Amino acid sequence: MFEKLSIAAVYPEVLLAVMAIVIALVDLFVKSPRRTLTYALSMITIGVVAYLEACAASQGQTVYSFGNMVVSDPMGSWLKCFAALAVMVTLVYGRPYAADRDMLRGGEMFTLGLFALLGMFVMISGNNFLVLYLGLELLTLSSYALVALRRDNATASEAAMKYFVLGALASGFLLYGLSMLYGATGSLDISTVFKAVASGQIKHQVLVLGLVFVVCGLAFKFGVVPFHMWIPDVYQGAPTVVTLMIGGAPKLAAFAMTIRLLVEGLLPLAVDWQQMLMVLSIGSLLIGNLAAVAQTNLKRMLAFSTISQMGFVLIGLLSGVVNGNTAAAANAYSSSMFYVITYVLTTLATFGIILLLAREGFESEEITDLAGLNQRSPLYAGVMAVCMFSLAGVPPLVGFYAKLSVLQSLIASGQSGAIALAVFAVMMSLIGAFYYLRVVKVMYFDAPITATTVSAGSDVRVVLTINGALILILGMLPGGLMALCARAIVSTLGT
Amino acid sequence: MGLLSLAIWTPIFFGAVLLAFGRDEYAKTVRWVALIGALVSLLVTLPIYAGFDTASSTMQLVEKAPWIERFNVFYHLGVDGLSMWFVLLTAFITVIVVLAGWEVITDRVNQYMGAFLILSGLMVGVFTAVDGMLFYVFFEATLIPMYLIIGIWGGPNKIYAAFKFFLYTLLGSLLMLIALIYLYTQSGGSFDLATWHKLPLAASAQTFLFFAFFAAFAVKVPMWPVHTWLPDVHVEAPTGGSAVLAAIMLKLGAYGFLRFSLPIAPDAAREFAWLMIALSLVAVIYVGLVAMVQEDMKKLVAYSSVAHMGFVSLGFFIFNDIGVSGALVQMIAHGFVSAAMFLSIGVLYDRMHSREIASYGGVVNTMPKFAAFALLFAMANCGLPGTAGFVGEWMVILGAIKFNFWIGLAAASALIFGAAYTLWMVKRVYLGPVANDHVKELTDINAREFLVMALLAIAVLAMGLYPKPFTDVMDASVADLLKHVALSKLPQ
Repeated sequence: MFEKLSIAAVYPEVLLAVMAIVIALVDLFVKSPRRTLTYALSMITIGVVAYLEACAASQGQTVYSFGNMVVSDPMGSWLKCFAALAVMVTLVYGRPYAADRDMLRGGEMFTLGLFALLGMFVMISGNNFLVLYLGLELLTLSSYALVALRRDNATASEAAMKYFVLGALASGFLLYGLSMLYGATGSLDISTVFKAVASGQIKHQVLVLGLVFVVCGLAFKFGVVPFHMWIPDVYQGAPTVVTLMIGGAPKLAAFAMTIRLLVEGLLPLAVDWQQMLMVLSIGSLLIGNLAAVAQTNLKRMLAFSTISQMGFVLIGLLSGVVNGNTAAAANAYSSSMFYVITYVLTTLATFGIILLLAREGFESEEITDLAGLNQRSPLYAGVMAVCMFSLAGVPPLVGFYAKLSVLQSLIASGQSGAIALAVFAVMMSLIGAFYYLRVVKVMYFDAPITATTVSAGSDVRVVLTINGALILILGMLPGGLMALCARAIVSTLGT
Repeated sequence: MGLLSLAIWTPIFFGAVLLAFGRDEYAKTVRWVALIGALVSLLVTLPIYAGFDTASSTMQLVEKAPWIERFNVFYHLGVDGLSMWFVLLTAFITVIVVLAGWEVITDRVNQYMGAFLILSGLMVGVFTAVDGMLFYVFFEATLIPMYLIIGIWGGPNKIYAAFKFFLYTLLGSLLMLIALIYLYTQSGGSFDLATWHKLPLAASAQTFLFFAFFAAFAVKVPMWPVHTWLPDVHVEAPTGGSAVLAAIMLKLGAYGFLRFSLPIAPDAAREFAWLMIALSLVAVIYVGLVAMVQEDMKKLVAYSSVAHMGFVSLGFFIFNDIGVSGALVQMIAHGFVSAAMFLSIGVLYDRMHSREIASYGGVVNTMPKFAAFALLFAMANCGLPGTAGFVGEWMVILGAIKFNFWIGLAAASALIFGAAYTLWMVKRVYLGPVANDHVKELTDINAREFLVMALLAIAVLAMGLYPKPFTDVMDASVADLLKHVALSKLPQ
């Protein structure tokens, strides 16, 4: 039993947990308002963790440890690596913003950020219902606190309250669903659950009832219709840096958790959950896109845009199994994985620009605040334009290939109505193009309302430029990342 | 790097350099770099013509490298008789546009020039891509620079025009995307055009594909009744934008019909030829009449573009070699003539800031050199023998008569409308006594404008007097295409 406790597989998690506590302690002795020391420590920690995960991922092995409670496989390692990088970039973009708003005092932002990352890691590598749930709770509890970090700010507090109440409800849903599955299958271990469900000896109705609650809980985490209500309010109300913390990396974790629960655990029920995902996806595409058109607040618009983008992710997830045949599954799930990763990449740059334009006492969260950005700073306008065109799915930007691969897996599945759903999805993305283009229009066609120059620290400038360039470069050479996703999913499903 | 890659990436490289390093403080340098970039880009296309084997109908100068291995997408380029001239035309028009925007554009010069250079490279990419996905990427990517060109440097209602342009064309091409993915699955995982050309497809699948492609290409051409975006966009676009739009971007759609609709879904193409012919005739006749009543010169030329492109789509769907070759010649000729027409209007607009026909009159008295050029281009626009405009229309009409006398007659009647609206505009704008004080103060074209006009005039006349180099290139490929279209692809 002791050999099974191979702690090596969870070194990064351990490191994160230790450093989160160390940083909380060290911060007590840091006086600088910009928290340079703890910031540096956090960045080093996350950097090391990302490196460890990248090493683990490139070895391509699947290791179960702690008595099958956690798994370390290439899919998980890559997602953890990207999540760590995303949090790192978030901190780079967010530090000036947070420092201006007195959010760094006390150093909670770094500690909570690391704990949130740890939560994501656990969600990604959990191989057991309870471990997954634990990871999820660690992530969401840290997120609630992060949203409320500006405790003297009314909108932020309101957002935190909404997020907490709805989030707790969703966690309850998920837990309830998991407990029903536990009752039906007699196990919390995902591989055992899979075997039990696949044996076909368990009453289908019980399983589906549990499944409904699980899907509801996951849908809440993704923020898809009709569990999307919290997204706009929290995106808008939270301090922008926290919005990015919630809207970026955790999507990767939500994707991994969906794969663990629905695919690794409940694949035999695919016919049932694919139908549920289809309803969620259609709703998200419709409501996300239509509601985004009406927004004047940039963060709120991006919130609705997220909802619609997640609708696309679900399209990939629902195309995996056709008539019980799982031949197309790897293709479908890897297209979703590619979609999520590129979405996070684009979201980082988008919010990076918003954070950059925000100054002391000025949030820069209305779309009109971007007016004439091209005249003020062609570079940042260019980065933002690249993001918008990418989100709209225009080639040669990476967002196009994400949509392409998801639609390809949908059409290749050959399910009845696949083409109809594909046509619906592209029509909705046409509506989406309208509001993304409007942002470009404001930046390029309108006259600036302020002549303030846009200034940024060299770290933000460099990272933001690389981030924008990556969206373009991956748009011209998407093959590598696609192959990476495909390999990761294949090795995960293969076990 | 192969010749075709050079033709694509040279302008894009220069464009990127301008975007990265250009500033309005040294606009002069920016203009010269842009001109050098455009000239170099034109120079690298010349060996494509020189090395082209007119006897062969296969793809030439082929370059093939894996691009997205997971989807079996290749960076696969090649030219044949259908596409070769458009590569040169694109590079040529880019030089013209850079020259035409020389002094006119003073705001964000580097972005203006950069956008046109990048656009030029992307359009060459569309004409040379032999991989379905590569084609689509280039085809769609052209929207971004054009959207910015219209929106930043356009007229008063530019924002409406930019959105209309982008969304209208995106709508069509998204449906094409689904068609491409469908073909990819049907062909067992290939985006190769040659594979798709050979792929047997059931009648229902062909119909679906035909209309999905139709959505993309008909909007782009534009064919009646999805042409309504074009006049709005032309009116608001800056002169250079209008010229590129009319001269090349419209051809992307027509070219798409030849590369996708006809060879991939030949049975559907034959079945729905009546519809395409009917729509083309409506464009030729009805839109010609609409052009006649326009008050705005740019709108008039825009409607005349729709009518001229009607000849192109008509030529494609009568399925004989003279018709298809004629349509291709018409595409190139219209590239020269429409660019020249829009640039002429641009010359006037720069001086008077009005596009209304009514604000002009007797321009010939104050701008004799310019009026001479404008008259030549107008003649080419109504298809006077000896100019580029004549050859293509005449061939298409011949082909149409061969196909069906009455269709030929209807198409021929359009020549009368073409002459009517063009000459009437010439009369009202250029001829007669000086209409008002503004016209009195007009100064004739300067050396730069003269150069632009002269280059286009040479092209228009050369093509009209000696079209053989153009048709020679096409013959083999057109014959091959028609042979292919005549065969049924229905599964036996």
